[in-house]
Amino acid sequence: MPIDILMPALSPTMEEGKLARWLKKEGDDVRAGDVIAEIETDKATMEVEAVDEGKLASILVPEGTEGVKVNAVIARLTGDGGGAARPAPAPAISPEPAPQPVARDPEVGIEVDTARPAAQPKAAGAPTDPAIPAGTEMVTQTVREALRDAMAEEMRRDKDVFVMGEEVAEYQGAYKVTQGLLAEFGPQRVYDTPITEHGFAGLGIGAALAGLKPIVEFMTWNFAMQAMDQIINSAAKTLYMSGGQMGCPIVFRGPNGAAARVAAQHSQDYASWYAHIPGLKVVIPYTAADAKGLLKAAIRDPNPIIFLENEILYGQSFPVPQLDDFVLPIGKARIARAGTDVTLVSFGIGMTYAEKAAKELETLGISAEIIDLRSLRPMDIPTVVESVKKTGRCVTVEEGWPVASIGSEISARLMEEAFDWLDAPVIRVTGKDVPMPYAANLEKLALPSVAEIVAAVKAVTYRE
Amino acid sequence: MAKTQRTTRNGNGAAVAAMTPEEDLSAYRMMLLIRRFEERAGQMYGMGLIGGFCHLYIGQEAVVVGMQMAIGESDQVITGYRDHGHMLATGMDARGVMAELTGRSTGYSRGKGGSMHMFSRERNFFGGHGIVAAQVPLGTGLAFANRYRGNDRVCLTYFGDGAANQGQVYESFNMAGLWKLPVVYVIENNRYAMGTEAGRASAQTDFSRRGSSFDLPGEQVDGMDVRAVRAAGEKAVAWCRSGKGPYILEMKTYRYRGHSMSDPAKYRTREEVDRMRAEHDPIEQVKQRMLAAGAITEDALKDIDREVRAIVTEAADFASTTPEPDPSELWTDVLR
Repeated sequence: MPIDILMPALSPTMEEGKLARWLKKEGDDVRAGDVIAEIETDKATMEVEAVDEGKLASILVPEGTEGVKVNAVIARLTGDGGGAARPAPAPAISPEPAPQPVARDPEVGIEVDTARPAAQPKAAGAPTDPAIPAGTEMVTQTVREALRDAMAEEMRRDKDVFVMGEEVAEYQGAYKVTQGLLAEFGPQRVYDTPITEHGFAGLGIGAALAGLKPIVEFMTWNFAMQAMDQIINSAAKTLYMSGGQMGCPIVFRGPNGAAARVAAQHSQDYASWYAHIPGLKVVIPYTAADAKGLLKAAIRDPNPIIFLENEILYGQSFPVPQLDDFVLPIGKARIARAGTDVTLVSFGIGMTYAEKAAKELETLGISAEIIDLRSLRPMDIPTVVESVKKTGRCVTVEEGWPVASIGSEISARLMEEAFDWLDAPVIRVTGKDVPMPYAANLEKLALPSVAEIVAAVKAVTYRE
Repeated sequence: MAKTQRTTRNGNGAAVAAMTPEEDLSAYRMMLLIRRFEERAGQMYGMGLIGGFCHLYIGQEAVVVGMQMAIGESDQVITGYRDHGHMLATGMDARGVMAELTGRSTGYSRGKGGSMHMFSRERNFFGGHGIVAAQVPLGTGLAFANRYRGNDRVCLTYFGDGAANQGQVYESFNMAGLWKLPVVYVIENNRYAMGTEAGRASAQTDFSRRGSSFDLPGEQVDGMDVRAVRAAGEKAVAWCRSGKGPYILEMKTYRYRGHSMSDPAKYRTREEVDRMRAEHDPIEQVKQRMLAAGAITEDALKDIDREVRAIVTEAADFASTTPEPDPSELWTDVLR
């Protein structure tokens, strides 16, 4: 039976080309793999190899022809009668019609499809914090201790949980967050890694693909830029690219943002970087209780989690409920302070500025509501919208840079979802748009301040 | 699981596994399936049924088929983006692989991965990775999980001569050596990293020595002879399984086609390609050996050819007739 030889597409963007030369003539025998013709596109000359075997019965497009469309029949073979050889699969008829080869946009090389994508399904309402039973003892703990306890409790609960990172075992953690874990769990559960962020991030992801639940500590998130490819391309995307087969239950954690006097390379806030990425969850606790409850949730979560801590907060103390298993929901904001005149939205160390500003505003007769986002992806926008419906005003507070910041996202979402309730534009109080300077006075200027928040609130409440 | 090592020497003096006629036939059949599958994939790409990037494995078949003969069902395999051969060799269904190439709901990644990103938990195939060398730490992590769990599984981590220059490869070698992880690094040296001949990119082109600063043993293997691959694979896998740590195998192989479908491969001569095909073709070698030994007839070979073509034709039909993913699939599998 005759076999059509079609003009091939040789790149994702090719639509037509020149049939430059025939290397076989009519009557020649053709074996699979033989080069039968050469084709020129605007980019290159390519050889066309035969896929089927037979005799070249007829050449339908003579050599030298320009503008031959992809998929045009250029020659016919007589089959070798082998039975399995058959025409190239024509666009088939099936109950659910398969698409024809599609036109491609020559500029970007992607398929042009006018069909609109299905709307994103509405996320289910954010879960609420578990009730803390009356009479529960509250103990004062530092954020550092709370994080350590969360890891220890989860490691006792699940043998697949292990910790790895630089100095996490024998040194007890560069910031002492993993203190005592080696003694309790031994070197088979707590691994000191070489200084090799890209490598151990990838190794941890591989272990997670195999079903283990690694906690990977970055000495600081600044160093995780070395591991960015593995975090984004391997951890965040593999579930999607595998059609749901390959889950990656891993927690990446460590201190994020500015500490003190360590200058630009060691003082970066990655909140908005990771919040940008579908396939990740991003958690950034402020209090010790949230640090504990959210880290336990992160370790149990079947997805890759970015857990952003802060060196300055490690030593701060907060009340933590003494419960056997205190787990908080990821994706739920906390109303840290109720108020009526303005909504301050912050997270992580930004909360320290917001809380001080609220106290100062109180003396000015302005009642500020503070929302601690706690999770940046998924972000609890409904809680922010509900608050703004009440206050009509919003100021966001973060240490990160202003461009494409978390505040930018909140501002946009409020435009979309609370426009009619806003009585003033949203103002973002952020770190300044410069690398972090070393000099003490400049560093202070580069960070947001309580005074800037107070000024922003006065502006949105039209007090000055 | 551990296979008895029966080795002899080939014409080049390389150690080769002594294969039974049944094993020869099985290797021949799988290599032929990969070859015909890839030829058809190339054709379907030309018709616009396969989009994006498409890297064919033609010429390198003996590497994955020989290595697969050296491992057991529960061992893991991970590779880069020239991955169709690995999927077929691990026993993944040709229809599901081809349907992923055409972006259909019936593909291994439900149409969301494409040529470079396919996986099968059932077959212990962990991808299919599009970033050059990203699979090397991941495969090292799979081996870490084996050691953590105390089982005797081994992970085959494949990468190319181009990937061998990425820093994360050496980060992985270091940790694998340090923690004695059961991973065989299979470097498929097909001589060209896209258009760059290895000597133009590598200060040391003996890739088997790339682990020497970490004390990892390595050897060069005739990657065009499936028996040599298998013999080296069995040795390396036994080394890893016995707890001695990682092992490097440099497979000296060759790809007949361009780097991807849109590569005209002008950086090498047609004569070079023809010479490799004529003198070292992995499939032809087994075929001639079987015929010379009287282990098979020409007619029986034709039957095999016909069967293999039928599998590929069925896969191509399946891949061009089953539906694209439902629009709602856009939003699924982002998180669990």
